[in-house]
Amino acid sequence: MTRQEVLSALQSVRDPEIPTISVVDMGIITDVEVESDAHVRVTMTPTFVGCPAIDVMRSDVEAAVRALGVEQVEVAVTFDVPWTTNRLTDRGRAALLEHGLAPPEQFDTLTLELEVLNNVACPYCGSRKTTLKSPFGPTLCRSLHYCNECRQAFEGFKPV
Amino acid sequence: MNQDAVKDLLVRMADDVLILAHRHSEWTGLGPVLEEDIAFSSVAQDKLGHAQALYAILHEHFGMPDPDVMAFGRAEADMRSCHFVELPNAEYDFSLVRHLLFDASEYVRWSALRESSFEPLAKLAHKIHGELKYHLYHAQTWIVQLGSQGSEESKARMQSALNAAWPYALGLFESRSGDADLVASGFFPGEDALRAEWEVLVQGILEKSSLTMPHDHAAVLGGRDGYHSEFLAPLLVEMTEVYRIDPSATW
Repeated sequence: MTRQEVLSALQSVRDPEIPTISVVDMGIITDVEVESDAHVRVTMTPTFVGCPAIDVMRSDVEAAVRALGVEQVEVAVTFDVPWTTNRLTDRGRAALLEHGLAPPEQFDTLTLELEVLNNVACPYCGSRKTTLKSPFGPTLCRSLHYCNECRQAFEGFKPV
Repeated sequence: MNQDAVKDLLVRMADDVLILAHRHSEWTGLGPVLEEDIAFSSVAQDKLGHAQALYAILHEHFGMPDPDVMAFGRAEADMRSCHFVELPNAEYDFSLVRHLLFDASEYVRWSALRESSFEPLAKLAHKIHGELKYHLYHAQTWIVQLGSQGSEESKARMQSALNAAWPYALGLFESRSGDADLVASGFFPGEDALRAEWEVLVQGILEKSSLTMPHDHAAVLGGRDGYHSEFLAPLLVEMTEVYRIDPSATW
């Protein structure tokens, strides 16, 4: 059993709120330790502290590793490595777009200014002539926007 | 580490966000526009998460009961929330003003806690700080819009709500006997230092909003010692209803 095999297996675990993206591409798996073929430890971190999907994803992660034949699976949820949207993989960003969500820009976590929310590229037409309607959307990780070019409302995955 | 002082600090911080989360959630389905309904509900959900994370630290590191018992299993006199978060939502102007004043204080507090000598709290602070940017941004946007960019009526209502909220908001920064030890050990910077920073942050936002910061008010205190406003008891009755019927209920 290798770390890579565990990560490949975890590609099958999806975010229940955005089923096009895996927990790996979301960047919420922060560590995988393979003690032996029979003992694997996975560390994960929630996107938002109050994310209601974390318990479901935690048990899905455990089940996916167990399905590899690992007897002892430990899954810890910690804030040791805090999640930020910079942890999204390129494949993760593409998956968000596929779900109709504008992917967040890469940013410097120390100097994030929320004005960036006003120039989010529209997931439908690509225009940056967009306006932030609300920093809060249907789930904690999304914001609401309007495209002044193609005149459609859309949701963004907000930079954190 | 002065364990009693740490517990006092973390419990009052957690209780404040727990109770305000409940108040914010009362806008669910009732917000003046759909986006505001969603915004207050989202802020409430974030804040519940913050309360849970603080109760989890208290449970794991300081032997306090688990987060559900802390949130739903305590008597009113054992709660340590301040009166500010207990007040009913009233009109939207008051809710927005409370949202601004509270989140400005949270922003200042959690910014400082990133440097806390207590590592689990510092790690949590890095995470929560990023979320609070959105809370403060939301509150600030509306305060500016209804203040300097609004009508005479909206501005007058915001000022009046601000004046009413102010003495209660000062109660967020009540110093406690054990705080000096926590300041000395670098656990947190102390309530007076936080309040001074908060006033600067709030002053800047109010200036942009053409609103005047109230002065010379005595803070409304008591919650940190278990003496609460008349509004907490009925809130707890509603919030703990399911837990009291079945403490093991999950949903």
